Amino acid sequence: MALEKQRFDTLILGAGGAGLNAALQLANANLKVAVVSKVFPTRSHTVAAQGGVNAALANVLPDNWHWHMFDTVKGSDYLGDQDAIEYMCREAIPTVYELEHNGVPFSRLANGKIYQRAFGGQSQDFGGEQAARTCAAADRTGHAILHTLYQQNIRAKTQFYDEYFAVDLIKDDEGIILGALVLNIATGEPLLIESKTTLLATGGCGQVFRTTSNAHINTGDGMAMVLRADLPLMDMEFFQFHPTGIAGKGMLITEGVRGEGGYLINKDGDRFMEKYAPNAKDLASRDVVARSIVTEVRDGHGCGPEADHVMLKVNHLNEDVIAKRLPGIRESAKIFAGVDPVKDPIPVFPTAHYVMGGIPTDRFGRVMPTADDDGDHLPGLYAAGECACASVHGANRLGGNSLLDILVFGRLAGHNIIDYVKENKTHRPLNEASVEASMARLDRWDAKGEGMTVSQLRNEFRKTMEDHAGVFRVEDMMAEGVEKVKKIRKKLNDIRLTDHTRTFNTNRTEALELENLIDVGLAIAVSALHRKESRGAHSRPDYPKRDDAEWMKHTLYWRESDKLDYKDVRVQPLTVESFPPKERVY
Amino acid sequence: MKFSVYRYNPETDSEPYMQTFEIEHRQGMMLRDALLAIQEQDESFTFRHSCGEGVCGSDGVNVNGSNKLACITSLTELKDPVEVRPFPGRPVIRDLVVDMSQFYAQYEQVDPWLQRKEPLPEQEILQTPEERDQLDGLYECIMCGCCSTACPSFWWNPDKFLGPQALLSACRFLADSRDQAGEERLDKLEGPYKLFRCHTIMNCVEACPRGLNPTKAIGHIKAIMLKEAI
Repeated sequence: MALEKQRFDTLILGAGGAGLNAALQLANANLKVAVVSKVFPTRSHTVAAQGGVNAALANVLPDNWHWHMFDTVKGSDYLGDQDAIEYMCREAIPTVYELEHNGVPFSRLANGKIYQRAFGGQSQDFGGEQAARTCAAADRTGHAILHTLYQQNIRAKTQFYDEYFAVDLIKDDEGIILGALVLNIATGEPLLIESKTTLLATGGCGQVFRTTSNAHINTGDGMAMVLRADLPLMDMEFFQFHPTGIAGKGMLITEGVRGEGGYLINKDGDRFMEKYAPNAKDLASRDVVARSIVTEVRDGHGCGPEADHVMLKVNHLNEDVIAKRLPGIRESAKIFAGVDPVKDPIPVFPTAHYVMGGIPTDRFGRVMPTADDDGDHLPGLYAAGECACASVHGANRLGGNSLLDILVFGRLAGHNIIDYVKENKTHRPLNEASVEASMARLDRWDAKGEGMTVSQLRNEFRKTMEDHAGVFRVEDMMAEGVEKVKKIRKKLNDIRLTDHTRTFNTNRTEALELENLIDVGLAIAVSALHRKESRGAHSRPDYPKRDDAEWMKHTLYWRESDKLDYKDVRVQPLTVESFPPKERVY
Repeated sequence: MKFSVYRYNPETDSEPYMQTFEIEHRQGMMLRDALLAIQEQDESFTFRHSCGEGVCGSDGVNVNGSNKLACITSLTELKDPVEVRPFPGRPVIRDLVVDMSQFYAQYEQVDPWLQRKEPLPEQEILQTPEERDQLDGLYECIMCGCCSTACPSFWWNPDKFLGPQALLSACRFLADSRDQAGEERLDKLEGPYKLFRCHTIMNCVEACPRGLNPTKAIGHIKAIMLKEAI
């Protein structure tokens, strides 16, 4: 049967906050847009974001975007690109107002303005008093935003391909991306979408680790597609472990709990963050708090029969605060930890949460294919959201900056795509060889016979990543991890599916996802092994100091031969003075 | 623990059947974990799921006769043997996966987006905390479909009756002090079917995994209509 083909001005892969905010700009400009998502849009993982989105609205305490910028640069441990960070912090303000105008049901202050709460790493006046910068809809901000963006896209009549799985990018001999091969999950039939521009908005890859706050769908699909298209990933060694996942399970307990006044205690009831971050205490940056918890447990101060977690104390807060500001958390704690936080503390331990690295882009959302910082971007290919690396988070992301990143850069990519399509009106000729290579990748899973199952290899892989690329990393442990993951990559050939039907075959899509996970996992493991310093979330007891002379640079990883290269951090902002690296204390 | 699950693959089965699996019930296990354990025994067993914490709304199923979200349903609250079926009244694509397109189409029918007629302010549109409170119990819907596929009125007239989910969404915008299309919204709900096929059977209230009350929302819309009519 001939392969079905369709043509669009723009193809957006992913329907989370980044993809939907881009789609909205494009549909409003009457471009022909296809949004491809492997789940119905409101099931995208943006829906799970709890605490909020940062913007210096100054509704509660004094604030301005420049302080927000300082906090973000410091939070990034000076690895973030300061031009992109300035842009994001400035744009945060109109972006949040636009969301509100679109209908997001933000919580409100008595004067009718948007409610803002304190979050980790926030300060007034460049490192002074705690700020309150995180705009919140109770503890369901991601849900409120994602549903609103979907609603506005219904109004704008965006064309959705729901439950289509993106297999591979299609490219020509010059490396220009021509669209993607996608799979209709319900029928199992492939479809070729040709596009003048393509936006990757496929989200994160938390499923590379065994214990994660991330959804089943967060398998790094777009990142792996980029690797297979011979493009690099940047700064993949920087993976955020959120300090407060429900112990043993990984579900997220928002930083907003600590923002509202909750704090961490060890088995002796000591408020141990006072020791590690005397000023900011429980609202220090996430990397700092996560390391402190792991250290407490390693030093024998953990709670529970296995002494393997700490407690998040909330029951000193007014029940009304919990009901109004943290209703979802109360529910989650009851269901998954069996405790009512109004009465008892919540058992918590760090959980794999967010990848700071991703597809390298400039501050316009355009994908940068080389280590040459002044080099050309790849025409027509864009990336935004967690799959991308602009880089605004550097070595550690601040809470509340993730929703901000996806919204600001999703919207911006949309605007830049509109300009690009105005000047590039025709489709480039299709490259059949590239289509055939993608089809071969699909067909490989039709092989029958005896072999491993997808879930066997997936379990082995995720455990390996957890053991060898977690919160603390030392040379031997990581080198062993890289070798193990390389072996696991080879074992992919040994997998045989037992289900070869076409209708909604999740066995096959999960095999494709596992290929993606392993490619991305290796990018993380190899990049981590070679960075011989401690910076942000990348913490090496064998190299405990940050080394700006040698390592204030971005890592680039290519799948071919697991090659690495490096490029400079962009320290020059757009209009203000650069924040030079300083020791990072909270 | 014994599980009897609904199986149907249109490519290989002439008709649906129930298949039995035995699962070890470990502490803290949710229904989703059990379905995943079944999938490890038989890779061809198919269901939707994603976030695992009750916010994405992917894994609604019918379990022992009630619609629930698998990921937040503890096995301890289920009677052994557990019977798991797809949502009632929807066409089955495969196993527990149903076609929800009509459910989504009904949602779109209520114009589920904020509508303003006045020019927008430079900053946020102001809303008092009390006005914002009116949205609680309405905006949290995750569109899982547990309510509408438990509703007899929706089973009989899925093309004409909008169903509890869409009506809850209609109420969410009617209740929003920022929305300025109330009259048009009410006009669109006129007639014997769209809204008025609700016979307050209240299955939706029991089914909602978020503890929302669509019947109350529907009653609220009816009350506004009545007030407008007088």
